[in-house]
Amino acid sequence: MKTYTLSVNNKTIKVEAEPETPMLWVLRDYVGLKGTKFGCGMGLCGACTIHVDGQAIRSCQTPISTIKTNSKIITIEGVSEGLHAAKIDQVVQKAWIDEQVPQCGYCQSGQIMSAVALLKANPNPSDEDIDTYMAGNICRCGTYVRIRKAIHSAAKELKTEKGTTKRPSNTR
Amino acid sequence: MSSKQIQRRDFLRYAGLSGAAIILGVSNSSAKAQELEVVISLDVGSTPYNFTPYIIIEDTGKITIFNSKPEIGQGTYQSITALVAEELEVSPEQYIVQQTGGESKFGPAQFSGGSFSVRSSYFDMRKAGAAAREMLITAASQQWNVPITECYAEKAQVFHKPTGKKIAYGALVETASKLEVPKNPTLKDAKDFKILGKSIKRQDVPLKVTGKAVFGIDAEVPNMVYASVERCPVFGGSLKSFDKTATLNIAGVEQVIEVERIFGVYKSIGVAVVAKNYWAALQGRKALKISWDYQGKETFSSKDYTNSLHQLAQKEGVEDANVGKFDETYQNTSKKLEAFYETPFVSHSPMEAMNCTAHWKENNTLEIWVSTQVPSDIIRDLTGRYGLKEEQVTLHSQLSGGGFGRRLAIDFIIEAVNLSKSIQKPVKLIWTREDDTQFGPYRPPTFSAMKGAISEDGKLVAFQHKVISPTIMSFLDPNHDKTKLDQNMTEGISHQQYEIPNMKNTFVYSDIHVPIFWWRSVTSSTLAFSHECFIDELAHTAGKDPLAFRLEMLTKESDTKRLLLKLKEVSKWEKPLPKGKGRGIAQWEFFAGLGGHVVEVTKLSNKAVKIDKVYVVIDLGTVVNPDTVKAQMEGAVIMGITAAIKNGISFAEGKTEQSNFHDNPVLRINEVPQIEVHILAEGGKTIKGVGEPGLPPVAPALANAIFAATGIRVRKMPFDIDNLS
Repeated sequence: MKTYTLSVNNKTIKVEAEPETPMLWVLRDYVGLKGTKFGCGMGLCGACTIHVDGQAIRSCQTPISTIKTNSKIITIEGVSEGLHAAKIDQVVQKAWIDEQVPQCGYCQSGQIMSAVALLKANPNPSDEDIDTYMAGNICRCGTYVRIRKAIHSAAKELKTEKGTTKRPSNTR
Repeated sequence: MSSKQIQRRDFLRYAGLSGAAIILGVSNSSAKAQELEVVISLDVGSTPYNFTPYIIIEDTGKITIFNSKPEIGQGTYQSITALVAEELEVSPEQYIVQQTGGESKFGPAQFSGGSFSVRSSYFDMRKAGAAAREMLITAASQQWNVPITECYAEKAQVFHKPTGKKIAYGALVETASKLEVPKNPTLKDAKDFKILGKSIKRQDVPLKVTGKAVFGIDAEVPNMVYASVERCPVFGGSLKSFDKTATLNIAGVEQVIEVERIFGVYKSIGVAVVAKNYWAALQGRKALKISWDYQGKETFSSKDYTNSLHQLAQKEGVEDANVGKFDETYQNTSKKLEAFYETPFVSHSPMEAMNCTAHWKENNTLEIWVSTQVPSDIIRDLTGRYGLKEEQVTLHSQLSGGGFGRRLAIDFIIEAVNLSKSIQKPVKLIWTREDDTQFGPYRPPTFSAMKGAISEDGKLVAFQHKVISPTIMSFLDPNHDKTKLDQNMTEGISHQQYEIPNMKNTFVYSDIHVPIFWWRSVTSSTLAFSHECFIDELAHTAGKDPLAFRLEMLTKESDTKRLLLKLKEVSKWEKPLPKGKGRGIAQWEFFAGLGGHVVEVTKLSNKAVKIDKVYVVIDLGTVVNPDTVKAQMEGAVIMGITAAIKNGISFAEGKTEQSNFHDNPVLRINEVPQIEVHILAEGGKTIKGVGEPGLPPVAPALANAIFAATGIRVRKMPFDIDNLS
């Protein structure tokens, strides 16, 4: 057992865990953030996607010992608090609601974490860009058609936001 | 404890009631189960136990609508409660949805399966809502001393038309509760619907995009431990011995213990590792040294099983249908065709792998948190299995991370309960993805021996569909008679609307020891493939367009005919496609409903195609939420394509060969074609199912499109669209 200090959703958290414990289980069972989901345990499905220093990563493949001391971790709960700049979180979640993307909803935390990362890197993705970036996230219910639509409409909305908002209101 | 106290406690637990309320629903004690018997009460404790409370309106204004059809992604959270809300005149944001937990007071049909939910609830739920509305309006007219005809209800309030004054439902509860309950309340006219038939946004969606939705795996119980179970890799094998020394040395591991999994007649003993956290349980499991007795089952393979089904095809089989004179006509017709179709075992693979949190307490009460499709079955089974009374079992039915039939089974729940009973602690048992992939139950394979004869004038005059397959019932019913027809396994083959003068369909039983089970549209998803592909083959043999060939066999008016004509229109069937493209059509009618698809593909090479577009027509009669239906169709198409073109499950040396999404893949976003959905819903009393009927025609329509584009006739699922043969 070792003690780790993590920054999760802008909060400092101390966790005692075995070094090999994947962040997925650290977040779910030690920190109590259950929005991040277990899907495959092999980095194949994307249900456990979180952001570490802005990068979308598979938390089931990320031992706690590999997280750098000053790394910033953002989970779906952080997205719900709007921790990303330029309202990207709210815009993506709203697009997901407007397009009624989820069915069972289990994979959607991961889908949204990937979509936010995609839009940060590429504010105007084509269908192909979306397919390439989102191919790591499985949805067994088959909500893919709506995921594509929601990402496009979020991209459009973000462009409008940029035009009308002088400065991001939710930057922290 | 008197039954009265039990009722009160249960109601308080479910609704958190504090004061006066009216509770409305359907009585289970009624001789006619469908008969509405609304019961109201100021004192919730005096509500008859044998009663289904659909609605609770409290004097605080809080409105609760119960959903007895578990939300597994199909939208019952919205669609079932909308039936009440429409008639009750409350908006979607004005009520709370409460999932029921299998209690007998909520009736025996607390399950999501068979595409039953909306069609079985449509009138009952509306009647309960309408009765409440009429009582509330009457109560307002009495309080105001004005004629009822001058009052109307809207948004949980009653309005007085001439004066514009209004009163909230909560303030009417006391007066309303003293009124006679209308025996036959007037249901709203469809033209006045504000919710039904509209694409209303689902109340569960905001929870699901913010990470706040609580699934079974998210259950949190004080002092809970975690468990993972190592099971015999060979189906039918048994546990000889195990060495837990290394496991117990792993930090966090508390104990190692045998645990039984029971799926119908299939029973197996596994070794559970119980730990302070799930990661430790997984590490402990890896360190186990177990000796299994494979019981001779280690020779089982898909290859041998396939061969055995081919052998069995020589048998005549038991009759499913026998119309006209098949044998004679077939023999005496010169133009005939035979074909053999194969389908694989497939896994359900919901994104949330099986899991259950169970707490067997010292006082012999049991509490369970689980994602399930069958709350009623769980209570029925567990009370019987462990000799408990209903009030000793509490089920928290959580949102499900997918079901697709897998969560109609309770094997993993029994496993968790057995474990908690042994260790006397609350335990969260989580199957890994590998467990989920490797231990079934799977969709059964069906093989089909087809025969058809075409007359001189190009008409289908004799047809045979012989099904060779194992049966699900052999697992669920210990007394299952293998010599008799099991219509679950011949679903739909004798009930298509095609007017075929001579038809003989049969079934040949095959033994299997690998657990098999219901899977979204079950055998319709495999039999539609053989049936509708063979119809396509016959059309080409007759030298006819596949759609025209089908319509020629549909001279009488039928829903199938309407559906095919709609497909013809929306897919622009008669407009030739550019060179190198092909389209295929298929339809399927079965107990759950009726759907039809046209698939368009592009030929990439002599052996490869790309799926461009899928047109779906679903026949419903009446639709509750068009957008939810559209979503279900999109999902069914994607699941149908996965089952058609991805690996499926196979066995070698008695074991499942696949283990996770790398070798048991499902469709990903980059493989998804355009999907265009059309809903046939002209209203009226006919209501057909949604969840399943969008799936069966997918594979045959795709295979028929592949033939149209490439000339390659696919007769075996799965087929690789990048390397066809």
